[in-house]
Amino acid sequence: MAFHYALVGNPNSGKTTLFNELTGSSQHVGNWPGVTVEKKEGKLKGNKEIVIQDLPGIYSLSPYTLEEVVARDYLLSAEPDAIINIVDASNLERNLYLTTQLMELKKPMIVALNMMDIVAKNGDKISVEKLSKKLGVQVVEMSAVRGKGAKEMAEALKALAAKAKTTVTDVTFSDHVEKAVQDIAALTNLSRFESVKCFERDEKVLKQLSDNQKSQIETIVKACEEAEDDDAKSIITQERYGFVAKISDGVLTKNTSHQMTLSDKIDRVVTNRFLALPIFVAVMALVYYISISTIGGMMTDWVNDVLFGEIIPPAVEGFLTNAGVADWLSSLVLDGIIGGVGAVLGFLPQMLTLFILLAILEDCGYMARIAFILDRLFRKLGLSGKSFIPMMVGTGCGVPGIMASRTIENEKDRRMTVMLTTFIPCSAKLPIIALIAGALFDSAWWVGASAYFIGMGAIIVSGIILKKTKLFAGDPAPFVMELPIYHLPLPKNVLLQTYERGKAFVKKAGTIIFVSSIVIWFLQGFNWSFEMVDANDSILASIGNIFAPIFAPLGFGNWQSTVASVTGLVAKENVVSTMGILYGFEEVAEDGLEIWGNFASMFTSVSAYSFLVFNLLCAPCFAAIGAIRNEMASGRWTWIAIGYQCGFAYLVAFIVYQLGSVFVGDASFGIMTVLAIVVLAAGIYMLVRKNPYSEQR
Amino acid sequence: MKTLKDVKPGEKAVVKKVHGDRSVHQRLMDMGVIKGAEILVRKVAPLGDPIEVNLRSYELTLRKQEAESIEVA
Repeated sequence: MAFHYALVGNPNSGKTTLFNELTGSSQHVGNWPGVTVEKKEGKLKGNKEIVIQDLPGIYSLSPYTLEEVVARDYLLSAEPDAIINIVDASNLERNLYLTTQLMELKKPMIVALNMMDIVAKNGDKISVEKLSKKLGVQVVEMSAVRGKGAKEMAEALKALAAKAKTTVTDVTFSDHVEKAVQDIAALTNLSRFESVKCFERDEKVLKQLSDNQKSQIETIVKACEEAEDDDAKSIITQERYGFVAKISDGVLTKNTSHQMTLSDKIDRVVTNRFLALPIFVAVMALVYYISISTIGGMMTDWVNDVLFGEIIPPAVEGFLTNAGVADWLSSLVLDGIIGGVGAVLGFLPQMLTLFILLAILEDCGYMARIAFILDRLFRKLGLSGKSFIPMMVGTGCGVPGIMASRTIENEKDRRMTVMLTTFIPCSAKLPIIALIAGALFDSAWWVGASAYFIGMGAIIVSGIILKKTKLFAGDPAPFVMELPIYHLPLPKNVLLQTYERGKAFVKKAGTIIFVSSIVIWFLQGFNWSFEMVDANDSILASIGNIFAPIFAPLGFGNWQSTVASVTGLVAKENVVSTMGILYGFEEVAEDGLEIWGNFASMFTSVSAYSFLVFNLLCAPCFAAIGAIRNEMASGRWTWIAIGYQCGFAYLVAFIVYQLGSVFVGDASFGIMTVLAIVVLAAGIYMLVRKNPYSEQR
Repeated sequence: MKTLKDVKPGEKAVVKKVHGDRSVHQRLMDMGVIKGAEILVRKVAPLGDPIEVNLRSYELTLRKQEAESIEVA
């Protein structure tokens, strides 16, 4: 029977490093069911019977943030046999606050006292023996970053697993409060941990009690609140810190001469009023440059153009022709399967490069500074300062952009960011912009620029509107955030994390991309009698004919536009190439130069712009949809995201076409114009109305 | 009522009481902002908000709106 350890500790306490040290590459990364919180578990190196469950970094077991709830639920469940509490020794008191709550769980526990090297550097002293005695558990001194203590830790884990016993000291409070908690315990027969929670009026725990018990508890608590002139939760928090003070007294000796740490010195520059933003821009430019423009971009281009362009397809084609394979099977393998696989793998180089860079930024501590600097801008939109990076990366490619939102802790912020990131034009949408600009606007520069402004506008407007809807409303997440000390990221951590995330993408998103590519391949290459045909006569074309009228109010109610937009779901560049095919050109230039004439005869400038807006804002390519699915960890949310994007795109294109046509004189004021004005008015209303869900005091 | 929002960068203050709505209150207290805690205001972010403070030997950032709910002596 496996022995389960729950690894708990503050964020930035070195938990990840410790986890990696203990489990090596036997990790398994996923999501906790139904939430976007990462779930990591692994086996102790060299000992398959000991499983370590990495819980999200938390400051407390109070049920407010999703991470805390997930951690708490796990700790209270039957699975964990013991707890590993990692404590950042350079931040002893704050870390011990969580420890006292863990102690109340009365499970066997080992404390990993990490970052002892920093303590030494600061000139502070900690008596490990005294600490161990006061806590009633074994304390292993560590400096995970320097690899010190890992062996002793592993030994301690094995020893405890062999003979698990609880020796944890009782956490006691001062007189009145202690009595109150004990009274509650006697009344309800609940554990110490739950009794304290009852005192704090924790709903989850109170739910299981009878009304009579609840009212008795309320009386006890109220009496205490009057005596202390404070509310229940504050009382308990102060008591815990009081207990922490008793522990650290005699254990921790602080160096009283205050020196500015290296971190502080770096921050003097990095979050300096004048230098912060320029430095930030420079760092972002570097990240973008490396991952999209150069290394990442080059490798992706190589995979797409060379590996899956010049090497594999001809080789496979040659093989299939020689083997005398049927046409349709050959096409399935070459266009469908290889095309699909190529689509998935094509993104990997860019994504992995980006993941490495982001992991470095996160690990070294700079990411927190970014959130600090940008918070003011983004918070009004219901987003986090960390939402900037996904969007910036999204200008290159939405897939790594969406994956980058994993660094955002708050679930609502993260979901919103994932939903809105693809509004910014990615590089695959550039050909569409070029086609429209060239065919109808004489390649005017402002067409391209306006695309980016529309994207940003869509994000801002959506953020504000969505913040006021039921889905995203709620208590605004407090921004209260720690700025961890800077430290050099460990290559092992960076690489391991990158590998795990890349793997998750290939598995989750890969499936969607692959399957949908094949489906489109089929719809595009066959007619209803399952014969291979040109795109013009395919199933997709007939479907296009059926759905085309839907787009009539947007100005492009022709089947070619519908078909092209649908193939855009496989890859946005396909919008142009499909248009080319439908006009009889097997291959066209990236910007569709050959079909500018045809295009211009089918669209007016307004309808073309409307077509552009629709394709810019509607659902992204299947790869991005797969990434959305991976990040949202929920089918429902994926549909909400796609539905919103398509709906939003439709309405905006509608407004653009109807009002635009009247404006330039193509059409006269009519019922549709009125409708468009109504939609616009509705949109403005949703934008400026008071938030119906804001705090009722 | 003097709050943390009124404390200028470089100045220290001692916490008297933490007000604010449930989640902010809880979060602040979990991070160590309790009666008697000494807070040093380090700086204000480049765009004017949030602020960075030092307490119990670590750096904490919080919005001015959240700082407003911390009553100081």
